[in-house]
Amino acid sequence: MSKIQQTSQADLLERLKQAQHRYGYLPQKTIARIAKALDIPVGEVYGVATFYSFLATKPQGRNIIRVCKSLPCFLKNYQMIIESIEGETGIKPGETTPDGRFSFQLTNCIGACDKAPAMMINSDVHTDLTRDKIAQILQAYK
Amino acid sequence: MPEKKVVLRNCRVIDPRQIDSYLARDGFQALKKARDEMTPEQVIAEVKASGLRGRGGAGFPCGLKWELARKSKEPEKYIIANADEGEMGTFKDRYILENDPFTLVEALAIAGYAVGAQKGYIYLRAEYHNLLDLLINAIKQAKQKGLLDFDIELREGAGAYICGEETALMDSIEGKRGEIRYRPPYPPTKGLWQRPTVINNVETLMNIPPIILSGAKWFSQMGTAESKGTKVFSVSGDVNKPGVYELVMGSPLRELVEKLAQAERIRMIQVGGAGGRILPYAMIDTSLAYESVLGAGAVIVLDESRDVIDVVYKSLEFMAEESCGKCAPCREGTEVMIEILARFLRSEGETRDLKILPELAEVMRLASLCGLGQTAPLPVIDSLKYFSSDYQPKIRAQGGARV
Repeated sequence: MSKIQQTSQADLLERLKQAQHRYGYLPQKTIARIAKALDIPVGEVYGVATFYSFLATKPQGRNIIRVCKSLPCFLKNYQMIIESIEGETGIKPGETTPDGRFSFQLTNCIGACDKAPAMMINSDVHTDLTRDKIAQILQAYK
Repeated sequence: MPEKKVVLRNCRVIDPRQIDSYLARDGFQALKKARDEMTPEQVIAEVKASGLRGRGGAGFPCGLKWELARKSKEPEKYIIANADEGEMGTFKDRYILENDPFTLVEALAIAGYAVGAQKGYIYLRAEYHNLLDLLINAIKQAKQKGLLDFDIELREGAGAYICGEETALMDSIEGKRGEIRYRPPYPPTKGLWQRPTVINNVETLMNIPPIILSGAKWFSQMGTAESKGTKVFSVSGDVNKPGVYELVMGSPLRELVEKLAQAERIRMIQVGGAGGRILPYAMIDTSLAYESVLGAGAVIVLDESRDVIDVVYKSLEFMAEESCGKCAPCREGTEVMIEILARFLRSEGETRDLKILPELAEVMRLASLCGLGQTAPLPVIDSLKYFSSDYQPKIRAQGGARV
């Protein structure tokens, strides 16, 4: 019964996430295809695609590093973690490694403040980070 | 007042993957009692009498919200558990969900029964993706045991703090940008797909089964005049024991940060996250309740080495980035504020900034459409009130920087 009320747009976010998972980002063609399939204007789909920080409209690395930069992690010296990742990957926040292995981003609170500093790689949460831990953690992501 | 485990009663006690361990602790007895012995109206009356208010920060009376939706004549209604915990410094719902997903499922079914909802949703933030399986498993096991015939769907966010705001959350479920809606109409009148909808914070719902089993009277004996029950706090920052603590409402801040979290040499405490209050150590005996300070229970402790401008800057930076951009006071106000605060960080502040900040704060507080813009200036106001001495040395002297 509840299905009646739902518009086709209800599936949009889920479809975008699936496409993102498949291609690593949302190519223009994909956005246009989803718009057509759900009978929604392309601009609306693009609007949704650019609103959420876990969706990307530009190619991303295979693994996305998100270092928390909110206050509790700031108090536990997240700058040290950022520098350590920069050293290991050779890229700065906002960049992707030339081999496509990593994209590096800064993010707002990921809810791991009791174990700060913290970061996510893809869906994995890594906590109580130290400079020494970074290289070892990154090794697991190919 | 002591620590008291109501919401966290099963955490680290049951196995969050095994429903039998939950059933051994009166699991699903409250749902059974509600359905077998109470009418939906009686359930709502009990929740109203308990004095339970929203634990996400806004503090709206839970029973009243349910009643508004119940009374609507629309045939189709929804109930949503808001698990989009994103407030800076908050991790209580993560702790609750990873330790006791079953109580949330049971509470949603009770709420659905009381409100007359056809369907329930759990909206989980994308950052908590690794909790998804645990929740799906909890629903599945409850259905397999024949304990749950209420339809609960899991919806995941995609990285947006604002989607924790109830109207933005509904838009997100509808597959749109998570921009807030004008109110009224309020969700219990017109919510998800324009149907009456109740949205409750995870922690609010966690209180429901104990209220049904032990009664409103038991619950309302805890706390203060306007704040009943307990509150779960997330404590982080300069403390020796960061973590999640549950205290009876009205407990002093001192008990939480000094006794439990073991903070030392405290200079200030931010209560309520990025849109919260910044209290100087002199106010350590403030009670934690809706009447004074509470928010969603984020408590960030800062020791004597900290500068208030760093704290305010990080708070405003958070809000500026997470603003949905729909209304100008919030979208522009947060940006202007971080611009001004960044100048102070560089010791290039101007005397007139100290006049502009409170004026801008007032406009944002009054004219923003939702809690984000309305609360974003609160840390600025408190910092100017209690820590103006941190601003003074960072005002640029005429003709050159003064250090």
